Amino acid sequence: MNLNLKIWRQKSNSDKGKIVDYPISNVSEHMSFLEMLDVLNEGLISKGEEPVAFDHDCREGICGMCSLYINGEAHGPDRGVTTCQLHMRKFKDGDTIYIEPFRATALPVIKDLIVDRSSFDRIQQAGGFVSVNTSGNTQDANAIPIRKENADLAFDAATCIGCAACVATCKNASAMLYVSAKVSQFALLPQGEVEAKERVINMVNKMDEEGFGNCTNTGACEVECPKGISLDNIARMNREFLSANIKK
Amino acid sequence: MSNSTFFKSIGYKVLMALSGFFLMFFLVQHLTINLLSIFSADNFNEVSHFMGTNPLVQFLLQPVLIFAVVFHFVMGIFLEYRNNKAREVSYAYNKPSANSTWMSRNMIISGLTVLAFLVLHFIDFWIPEISTKYVLGDMSGLLPSGEFRYHHELQEKFIHIERVIAYVVSFIFLSLHLMHGFQSSFQSVGFRQNKNMIFLSKLSYLFAILIPAGFISVALFHYFNH
Repeated sequence: MNLNLKIWRQKSNSDKGKIVDYPISNVSEHMSFLEMLDVLNEGLISKGEEPVAFDHDCREGICGMCSLYINGEAHGPDRGVTTCQLHMRKFKDGDTIYIEPFRATALPVIKDLIVDRSSFDRIQQAGGFVSVNTSGNTQDANAIPIRKENADLAFDAATCIGCAACVATCKNASAMLYVSAKVSQFALLPQGEVEAKERVINMVNKMDEEGFGNCTNTGACEVECPKGISLDNIARMNREFLSANIKK
Repeated sequence: MSNSTFFKSIGYKVLMALSGFFLMFFLVQHLTINLLSIFSADNFNEVSHFMGTNPLVQFLLQPVLIFAVVFHFVMGIFLEYRNNKAREVSYAYNKPSANSTWMSRNMIISGLTVLAFLVLHFIDFWIPEISTKYVLGDMSGLLPSGEFRYHHELQEKFIHIERVIAYVVSFIFLSLHLMHGFQSSFQSVGFRQNKNMIFLSKLSYLFAILIPAGFISVALFHYFNH
């Protein structure tokens, strides 16, 4: 199929950036979206032009590295997939496809379609962990009984790959789905209860400091999340936050 | 406030929700009294006189209500400003309808429309009421003819079709605001689980349709039955 790509090009963070048209032909419907961009880049390199910079790593929907805002949606028009799992059969011959970086003040563009998602790392470092005593007497996690329902919910929350599609798609550029998943995956487990109060306060504090917006419950993040992280996690984080403030 | 652990994004959400709950409760109370005007002018007059002269209502509930209204609007506008700053560069192509409702994305539009309505409503009813009672000092609630004035004043306002249209349009926007606001308030205070979401969503739409429809029916009733 033949496509007209409209791709955001930006040399660096200080560059203004603009949309540039790239017609591309002979695209197979079996290609993944990133393979289509690989083909485009091979063509650009052979012509001596600068290839389009975009993030990718595992290319099997696990690492959370790929991003891209495709035709107005994070990770494109398919549901429950990352951009690397999106296939060209989702598009038609002659389509125009807008490809933009994830947009948020807290996710500044590094180059072209690559954004700096280290704000997510800093939120995680603020409390997204369980402190472990490594004196040699650490209890085996498997020896602690956990309700099956809670184990499942914690696992569901832990499937968040931190890709930032929730931020990209939220009209307020809010990171609450991400932060709530990271809060929930520990809050639901006995190991995480000990530091629950400090965790939620520190992570929410850091999220605000980084300049993410405020959740207004539109639910867009849940729809676009490639891992189907539920809004229930945001409600759980709200409860954890309120409870932490009451208990302090 | 900056050192507080509560006055953060989630704290603001909770405060918006709590003021929202209070305002929704007020809507139910206001509508109940308004509906009386359809069924019995005498009952409406009695309740209006009680509400208008009872010190507890006038000097405790009324200031709390005004505070809640002002707080809800000021906080809503403040959060809208903060949220706009969180994305300074817009997308060249965006498709928000693919993942969210118009109502949830445009609370500021429906909210500002309701605010504009409140200005009209205050000019229509609240300012003349306060002026009669506390400037002119007439606490009797009576017309020169000796009858209660409340039902008469209500009917007089809805003679004009322009006002009726303005009220109907405003209540349609209130309905759109409530369709998202009702369920959103529950989520903000942490009351949400997948299993109760269908019920909450249906209840939200029911509340958002019935309450404004009630207010609209009162305006239309008095327009057609004057």
